[in-house]
Amino acid sequence: MTSFLDHTINGLVVGNIYALLAVGLALIFGVSRLINFAHGSVYVVGAYVGLIAVAHLKLPLPLTILAVVVGTGALGILIERVGLRPLAHSVRIAPLLATIGISFVIDQLIQLTFSPDPQALPSLVPDWRFTVGGVTVGALDLVIAGIGVTSAALLYGFLTFTRLGWAVRATAQDRDAARQMGVDVDAVNRAVFAIASALGGLSGLLVGMYYNYISPAMSFQATLKGIVAEVVGGVGNVPGAVVGSLLLGLTESYGIALLGTTYRNLFAFVLLVLILVLKPNGLFASNRQLPPEPMTGTFVAPSRPLKLPASALAGLTVAAFALPLVVTTPYVLQTLSNAWLYAMLGLSLTLVAGTVGQVSLGHAALLAIGGYVSALLAVDLGLPVMLAILAAGLATGAIGTVLVSPAFRLRGHYVSIATLAIGEIVGLVILNWESVTRGPIGVSGIPPIEIAGIPLYSAAATYWFTLAVMVVLALLQAKLLASHLGRTLRAIREDDVAARSHGIALSRYKAIAFGFGGFAAGISGAITAHLYSYINHETFNAQISILALTIVILGGMGNVLGAIVGSVALIGLPELFRITAEYRILIYGIALLLLVRFRPQGLLGTV
Amino acid sequence: MPKLLEVRGLVRRFGGLTAVDGIDLDVAEGEMVSVIGPNGAGKTTLFNLVTGLDHPDDGSVRLAGEDVTGLAPEALARRRVARTFQHGRVFGNLTVMDNVLIGAHTRLKVARPGWPILGAVAELGRALFGVFEPAVEEYALKAEAREILKLFGDRLLPRQDQPAYSLSYANRRRVEIARALALKPRILFLDEPTAGMNPTETNEIMEIVRGLKATGLTIVLIEHKLDMVMRLSDRIVVMDDGARIAEGPPSAVRHDPKVIAAYLGHGSVGGADDRAAGAVAEPRLKAVAGGRA
Repeated sequence: MTSFLDHTINGLVVGNIYALLAVGLALIFGVSRLINFAHGSVYVVGAYVGLIAVAHLKLPLPLTILAVVVGTGALGILIERVGLRPLAHSVRIAPLLATIGISFVIDQLIQLTFSPDPQALPSLVPDWRFTVGGVTVGALDLVIAGIGVTSAALLYGFLTFTRLGWAVRATAQDRDAARQMGVDVDAVNRAVFAIASALGGLSGLLVGMYYNYISPAMSFQATLKGIVAEVVGGVGNVPGAVVGSLLLGLTESYGIALLGTTYRNLFAFVLLVLILVLKPNGLFASNRQLPPEPMTGTFVAPSRPLKLPASALAGLTVAAFALPLVVTTPYVLQTLSNAWLYAMLGLSLTLVAGTVGQVSLGHAALLAIGGYVSALLAVDLGLPVMLAILAAGLATGAIGTVLVSPAFRLRGHYVSIATLAIGEIVGLVILNWESVTRGPIGVSGIPPIEIAGIPLYSAAATYWFTLAVMVVLALLQAKLLASHLGRTLRAIREDDVAARSHGIALSRYKAIAFGFGGFAAGISGAITAHLYSYINHETFNAQISILALTIVILGGMGNVLGAIVGSVALIGLPELFRITAEYRILIYGIALLLLVRFRPQGLLGTV
Repeated sequence: MPKLLEVRGLVRRFGGLTAVDGIDLDVAEGEMVSVIGPNGAGKTTLFNLVTGLDHPDDGSVRLAGEDVTGLAPEALARRRVARTFQHGRVFGNLTVMDNVLIGAHTRLKVARPGWPILGAVAELGRALFGVFEPAVEEYALKAEAREILKLFGDRLLPRQDQPAYSLSYANRRRVEIARALALKPRILFLDEPTAGMNPTETNEIMEIVRGLKATGLTIVLIEHKLDMVMRLSDRIVVMDDGARIAEGPPSAVRHDPKVIAAYLGHGSVGGADDRAAGAVAEPRLKAVAGGRA
């Protein structure tokens, strides 16, 4: 009983921290219809501003809070200026992608400044505790609760009693009408980003003090938790976000008590997927809404794709195959092999996100499934490697499609959130299903690829093998796009309502796309596993999903050749110029931001 | 006469508003019925309910005797129910030809449903590895699509390989009609097909609809241009506030005082009483409807 109450207190405290994040996300979504993926980065910045204030400047708690609020509030205004305002007339999902780019940039800058290692953030609150009726409550718990309640009261007062607060609410109701009534919508956005980011920064500070631990890696998880809480409460619903956060905190706290800490995030994401599927408008909204107007969810800029004549394509292919005869540096060939592997992932994502318009943010999970299936088949069952890779491709197509099928009925932003969550769930299942996956230890001793009994050890052989597989997959995808499926899938992207009215069953065709795409990605993951000889649950992480998305936007959504060109550009070039890993992530973030803003149709055009 | 479409007591509420309030609608094989009424009367909601885009809160829809209430739009499309949309929903990044071919989707042999899951796998297999069969089918369908495009004279045929987003508004509306026809419908729902068109273009569409009617196609039309409605319809259903307020042949509906009141607003307008409103409206309705009859 006591421990149950302790878990309840703990859940409420953690929920309170999530609430500071989720309220900001809900405010931002309310006025700008944007799910701000940079919110976790703001939270991390809050924690690090706190670190400077506490550890270096030795400021007392009130001044530390002020520094965090001012610092992250200013950052919020900057994010609005860079990520949102220039994209006001772009497709709906463009600002979402821009904030992903911004979060990459901020996280990487933090990492370069403060090192990627975790640091201790000393709590400024005296460490006394008292016990009431068998429940232990610490001073910090009370401070967190106090800050949570005070912020909520201030926010309520702002929205209810100030002119700017009215403007915020008016903009949230109807942006255009508010603008016509003379509301300065840019000022509203600025104010909302400042407030939301200040709350997010505060949350980061409190979490740092609560766990006495901060690291740049907290960013992504914070964004996800905030989004989960927001979706549970109903996207854009501020009081709903508070309730959703407390629910999430409690669910996690009880879940950990029952099953252990490694399950914490699993609960959050399963809760998210359940809510998305069962109550997509949140716990407090009615489900019977009409679908919105077309072209609101996808990221496809109208363009005429650059068409290369068949002879040129054939020439390029021959040149690519002939390259190892001229260039014998293993490093170059390894880099390009890696690019071909990413191109397979790019082919998969460009079909799903470009052709069918389902912007998946969890695509790396398909690599993980492919890698693990192939590795385990080869290591545990002794299957020949080539057979294992093929089986992994087929299994990934099937498993990936089944896993993502709950998201088939979702649209726009919700598809992105759901695929992100499903991707995280795959990673967490791999981590926790120790009897099969070996858990955090990973799978080692994965046999190398061999053809007719001869292992591919040389860089040239690997290069030829990956290139050949990639070319076959690309040709198959080109055949698919030229068939009736090409236009059917694109019709779903353009207007799923009209597509249904002409007899296109959405789930069937989304499943076909994810099945084929899963096959290509699974093959890529499987080959990678056999090349690395060791994989664990972090080998194929969320950063790879975002990198894949950047690759396909760079090449042109839906464009087969674009996926290949994009991965050579983003994987090959930084490697050849010997740019170190940290800066590479920074470049990917900036590339994504610039593409969304200036060249949404990519290099070769959308198809 | 055998009824192709039988709608009984259809109701759809949005929060406190009842958009469609117990509508009955019968359409016989080969008949052309127009649904008219002021904006917000519930006409498009009625179309959405009958074509499966929205679920009724109450009531039933039967198609050729089969209960199809609440069926998904794709299931209705397989029963050869076709529609166009009020605001135009062409597939912008697809060519005109591809738009029309999408209309023929339910007739594709390569896309036949088959068993659950296995049918989809088979369809993917045929698309990836099929050599002869899909190509022959595609070739025949394209020829058929060109025949449909020919209905619109030289409006669409020369532009068949252009993406739909590059077309004029009127041409996009034409593409939508062509796409619906490619389904080989047994009943066609047209939601304001001439909205935003000038008189010449409107007349063109009217001639096309007249031609379709002459082939025996069953058509349900929503339209604000009463001239067209009066000249083409076998029967007119007038809706207001979600309910059917009048029904009958054009000659009868034209003079119905309830219809006239609905078109000019309820009760008194600007202080004038109902009779005065009717007196103003009647000649106007006559002018548009009867002028050329």
